[in-house]
Amino acid sequence: MAEFTMPSLGADMDEGTLQEWLVHPGDQVHKGDPVAVVETAKSMIEVECFETGTVKKLFVEPGTTVPVGTALALIQPTAERPQKAEKPRKHEKPRRPEKAEAKRPTRRAPQRAPAPTRPETTAGPEPPAAHRRGHIEAGPLLRHLAERRGIELETLKGSGPGGRVTRTDVEQSAAAAEAAAPPSRVRATPLARRLAAELDIDLTTVTGTGKDGAVQATDVREAAPGPATTAPPARHVTGPVRPSGDRSAAMRQAIAGLMARANRDIPHYYLSTSVDMAAAMDWLHERNRRAPVGERLLPAALLLKATAVAARDVPELNGFWTDDHFTAGDGVHLGVAVSLRGGGLVAPALRDADTLELPQLMTSLKDLVARARTGRLRGSEVSGSTITVTNLGDQSVEAVFGVIYPPQVALVGFGRVVDRPLAVDGLLGIRPVVTATLSADHRATDGAVGARYLTVVNRLLQNPEQL
Amino acid sequence: MSAGEQPEEAETTYREAMREALRDALRADDRVFLMGEDVGRYGGCFGVSLGLLEEFGPERVRDTPLSESAFVGAGIGAALAGMRPIVEIMTVNFSLLALDQILNNAATLLHMSGGQLPVPLVIRMTTGAGRQLAAQHSHSLEGWYAHIPGIRVLAPATIEDARHMLAPALADPDPVLIFEHGSLYNASGVLSPPAAPADIDHATVRRPGTDISMITYGGSLSKALAAADELSTEGISAEVVDLRTLRPLDNEAITATVAHTHRAVIVDEAWRTGSLTAEISARIAEESFYELDAPVERVCSAEVPIPYARRLEEAALPQIADIVAAAHRAVG
Repeated sequence: MAEFTMPSLGADMDEGTLQEWLVHPGDQVHKGDPVAVVETAKSMIEVECFETGTVKKLFVEPGTTVPVGTALALIQPTAERPQKAEKPRKHEKPRRPEKAEAKRPTRRAPQRAPAPTRPETTAGPEPPAAHRRGHIEAGPLLRHLAERRGIELETLKGSGPGGRVTRTDVEQSAAAAEAAAPPSRVRATPLARRLAAELDIDLTTVTGTGKDGAVQATDVREAAPGPATTAPPARHVTGPVRPSGDRSAAMRQAIAGLMARANRDIPHYYLSTSVDMAAAMDWLHERNRRAPVGERLLPAALLLKATAVAARDVPELNGFWTDDHFTAGDGVHLGVAVSLRGGGLVAPALRDADTLELPQLMTSLKDLVARARTGRLRGSEVSGSTITVTNLGDQSVEAVFGVIYPPQVALVGFGRVVDRPLAVDGLLGIRPVVTATLSADHRATDGAVGARYLTVVNRLLQNPEQL
Repeated sequence: MSAGEQPEEAETTYREAMREALRDALRADDRVFLMGEDVGRYGGCFGVSLGLLEEFGPERVRDTPLSESAFVGAGIGAALAGMRPIVEIMTVNFSLLALDQILNNAATLLHMSGGQLPVPLVIRMTTGAGRQLAAQHSHSLEGWYAHIPGIRVLAPATIEDARHMLAPALADPDPVLIFEHGSLYNASGVLSPPAAPADIDHATVRRPGTDISMITYGGSLSKALAAADELSTEGISAEVVDLRTLRPLDNEAITATVAHTHRAVIVDEAWRTGSLTAEISARIAEESFYELDAPVERVCSAEVPIPYARRLEEAALPQIADIVAAAHRAVG
């Protein structure tokens, strides 16, 4: 028997509130499956389990706040045997294209779908651990359709053979959702959107008076003195998961505690260097010119990749300082500082960022930022970053000297890429330059290591095609 | 009838203002001459050049055969040879016969000669509908000319602009096309003395307002102003922008007015598809997207050959009520 305990999702977390169980007693779970939604001071997080087995018992009721380490559920491990054959099952991804064995409808269905009345002839024997949450049999067309209509396939009750979700299900659900709930994209004029962003108003809370209920500038202005921010819409949540208490105050508290500890306990040293970005930007422009808009890279992708690869090359900066000694990370998991709307900061991890191809890194980054801002990160992302990068390039500062995120030992900062006069090969020219900084823990390393690190970052950015 | 001796403050018409401008130009520069069908003995088919033949003689006010391509080509040749020709084409519909000369010669020679051959030519023509002249005399094709790089396209909408735009147009080293809306010739008013040389680079605000921008030019300006009057009785304050120059378009003016009012109605008598209104809408989307508080509205002619019958012609053209309705849609 294994206990599923309240995880520590970052050094600043000592307790968490169980918001929602994604499993029930008797359910089969696999390693990496999200089993519960936990709210921390910072965010709503889907917590994955580390066991494969059967959920025997749930100890904690939703809504309860418990300290880290408290047992939440009991999971009876099963041998991996039956799953071994099914390779894809081991994927961490909760969804994958069909072609899979027949499965029972998902756990997430609002009501349990009835057992299939007529088992599909092509379906093989039902595997024991079939009803894994998030898995649903649906072709790419259906997934595409659902994605476009903003429907979570997992929430649908299939009416097709074997409880399959059909196209009609998706369309009906979309129509119902449209009738019941306000559309996910608010109808608003561009000016209203801009104003809402400037005044920090959630457009979903504004009643539009324009044509077909479009939100116009006056509507936003009228809503202006109202509440500063509302809870970010919980995109993936089926049931209502309300953040408890004042999230932004709690987040401020959490950041305050952690940063005070960092500045008190960690003897920081700071290094900075200017990186000539001419080669990188040229390469980027050249590449982006040939790429479709959706696949274009931002300079941030190059900077992040260089940061990660350099952390692999200089492992002394990639890891943790705990119990008076340094432990190297088990890979480069790059924490990316993301500022949240309405204030606050989270630094979810891009796992194995040094191995990601640039387009993949770009995609992961976009996904991570989007989910961080909607308050739906995963446990494995919130904890476990081995080095953090903060990129304030879009905020028009030139350099950022950050505070290390304990127990990590280094934080890399990037400012804006600016055109500067720069002497290259004895000639003065105007070149794009970015200031890269390193805040490092003097207990773990000395300036020489830090200098080596920034040198590697610089070298990597001179050869962008190799990143 | 000569308006030459009248004081500048006197009541005058668009037609007389244009004639005064021609007379000024002919007097001021020996290189200037006027040519076109019926500009001499007949006095111009809209009476603009009436009396000029008597005053300046057949050398400087020349009747031409009915061949637009030939006399526009001759104008280009004269301009290349150092003259300052003013060519009159009866209507924009007929100018298509000279389009080859205008586009392939006048607009391109400077470029193709590596900057050696400027074509300082002014072409005047009538445009627009509203006078029951049927399809072949009534279209608004100035947007097509505004498509062509290498020329300047002017659309004087007021008596002042009719009086004062010709001189800077002649001074321009490149070909300049002046579009005179046929319904304007009889428009009368008091011509105030010019405060400054006429501006052929910038649009102007004819009526300031705060709630909506009406962007227009030429023959539609008076309709837009009337619509703005009507809207003001309901408390809607419309800003009316007269483009004056259709090429190059005054981007800054368009951006500024949209930034000011956040809504735009574009009024143009031309057809909607692929029109100047389309170009202006696109520029607003490109440059002022985040200023918009409503979709851009366009009021254009029905996409038909302009009918002869009066009621049908009225129905095909943008009318004040259409502009008011568009403004209502935009203000919401």
